[in-house]
Amino acid sequence: MNSIWTIARKELSDSLRNRWLIAIAIVFATLAVGIAWFGAAASGQVGYASTPATIASLASLGIFLIPLIALLLAYDAIVGEEEGGTLLLLMTYPLSRGQLLFGKFLGHGLTLALATLIGFGVAGVAIALLVEDVAVGALAIAMFRFIVSTTLLGWSFIALAYVVSVRVSEKPVAAGLALAIWFFFVLIFDLMLLGTLVASQGEFNPELLPWLLLLNPTDIYRLLNIVTFSDSAQLSGVLSLGADLPIGPSGLWLALVLWFVIPLTGAWALFRSRRI
Amino acid sequence: MSCFCLENVSYKYDKALVLNGVDLRLEPGEILGLFGHNGAGKTTSIKLILGLMTPSQGKVSVLDGEAGDPKISQHIGYLPENVMFYPQLTGREILAHFARLKGANLRQVPELLGQVGLDDAMDTRVKTYSKGMRQRLGLAQALLGKPRLLMLDEPTVGLDPVATADLYRLLRKLRDEGTGIVLCSHVLPGVEPYIDRAAILTEGSLKAVGDLASLRRQANMPTTLSIEPESTVAALESVVNNAKASAGLMMRHDNGRLHVDVRPAEKMALVKALMASGEVRDLGIYQPTLEDVYVHFIGSGGLAHRGGAQ
Repeated sequence: MNSIWTIARKELSDSLRNRWLIAIAIVFATLAVGIAWFGAAASGQVGYASTPATIASLASLGIFLIPLIALLLAYDAIVGEEEGGTLLLLMTYPLSRGQLLFGKFLGHGLTLALATLIGFGVAGVAIALLVEDVAVGALAIAMFRFIVSTTLLGWSFIALAYVVSVRVSEKPVAAGLALAIWFFFVLIFDLMLLGTLVASQGEFNPELLPWLLLLNPTDIYRLLNIVTFSDSAQLSGVLSLGADLPIGPSGLWLALVLWFVIPLTGAWALFRSRRI
Repeated sequence: MSCFCLENVSYKYDKALVLNGVDLRLEPGEILGLFGHNGAGKTTSIKLILGLMTPSQGKVSVLDGEAGDPKISQHIGYLPENVMFYPQLTGREILAHFARLKGANLRQVPELLGQVGLDDAMDTRVKTYSKGMRQRLGLAQALLGKPRLLMLDEPTVGLDPVATADLYRLLRKLRDEGTGIVLCSHVLPGVEPYIDRAAILTEGSLKAVGDLASLRRQANMPTTLSIEPESTVAALESVVNNAKASAGLMMRHDNGRLHVDVRPAEKMALVKALMASGEVRDLGIYQPTLEDVYVHFIGSGGLAHRGGAQ
């Protein structure tokens, strides 16, 4: 446990030193405040629209941004150590591969969690203070849910980045594959799902289709933050499938947790079989 | 307790036999030189002892335990060839990080940095370090937690002569305190005075092990006598010829001195005959060096045979 914390601590202090943490937090805070302020612009006025609308807009942006940031943060976790020549040395220390990987995860995970908490937390406080007659209780709950799900989404992409990082032997390859992961989950997956739906003219097994959403962490995240707020009438695209899912929010939370546990376990297994 | 013990160890990498039936052990308080050309299996042997890989065959025990066991790794110091560190951290930060990982006392950090001569540079980032400074930091890293087994791969690369001498002095001190040390190097004349035993590897098998004297005996290489004559070289030559000259004796002369190659077993007889003749003004005896012995065992197959650059 001690070695895990030593590794995590170095990662955390690295992200403070190279200002990653603060940069991410500032980006999040700016986005959140911007969206809160101009949220009603679509309806022709400047001002705070509503808490659900704000969270929905934030989540839509988060889907693009969070996976990208997480992948960038983590893609070189192991392959970077190897290219830098420190992996071999680390492995001669009383430190198992699992401890190294979980230490990295703890460090990167904390970095992302802190940045999310600070960035969106500051924005939430600003909204509560500056917007008149906003229901602070509802805002706090919504913000809390948003921050936790955003963190979990980030963790799942950190874990996915590790799967790449323990497998390849060159950093540029890892970066390319990380981008491919982003492309697949953020852009391609929903298109494929919609395409299947349209091509089969709705004949495709209607029982199965909603479950397919669980194969994509960004869709789970979207469902958690958008569906739970709005009436299903407002939902568009593949999200309307989510309304048919027979599992409640707790099932979605569990699915999102599994989305970082399973890739992380996979990365660990791959790392153990890697030749150093 | 031995520092490590390899028993009939073989290692295959993608079907290629990298190590073939190696038996080698190191006792505490001993410096072992591990020599061989590139690709001879030095690094593989070290990795097996460090527990980074498991042998395909044979048994590796380290400090009376299993290689790779965290309780054992805690007592091993290792300096890899071309050691690299996190460029954005300072020397002190890096050493503290590794000390925490090793469970070593953090008070050792400034102490060790001082010991390797990095006092002034410990708070600058490693990316500004020269090769020699990185090497010293690597050395400090290997010494964390007072290891009982120390393995150094090319420790003198990038070090200036003074730092090199300091390093060998330090290694001697550690050896006297009971540390077992493995030294891999291509600079044979440099390590020759400091090693207790040498092991020579070629193509994955151990060609010879032993202290320098026994290696010389095994190699049976001639000793060279360099003699300055009292009167003429010709007179000396006849003395040598009369002194029970046997096979393997070779003579040549330059600069008015006579050089005679003689088998170790016949050396003393010849020296006595020379002394008795009164024809000798000055006598030099040159034993084969570690480098000569090494070349003898490796065979002089040329660079292509040695399988790599350098």
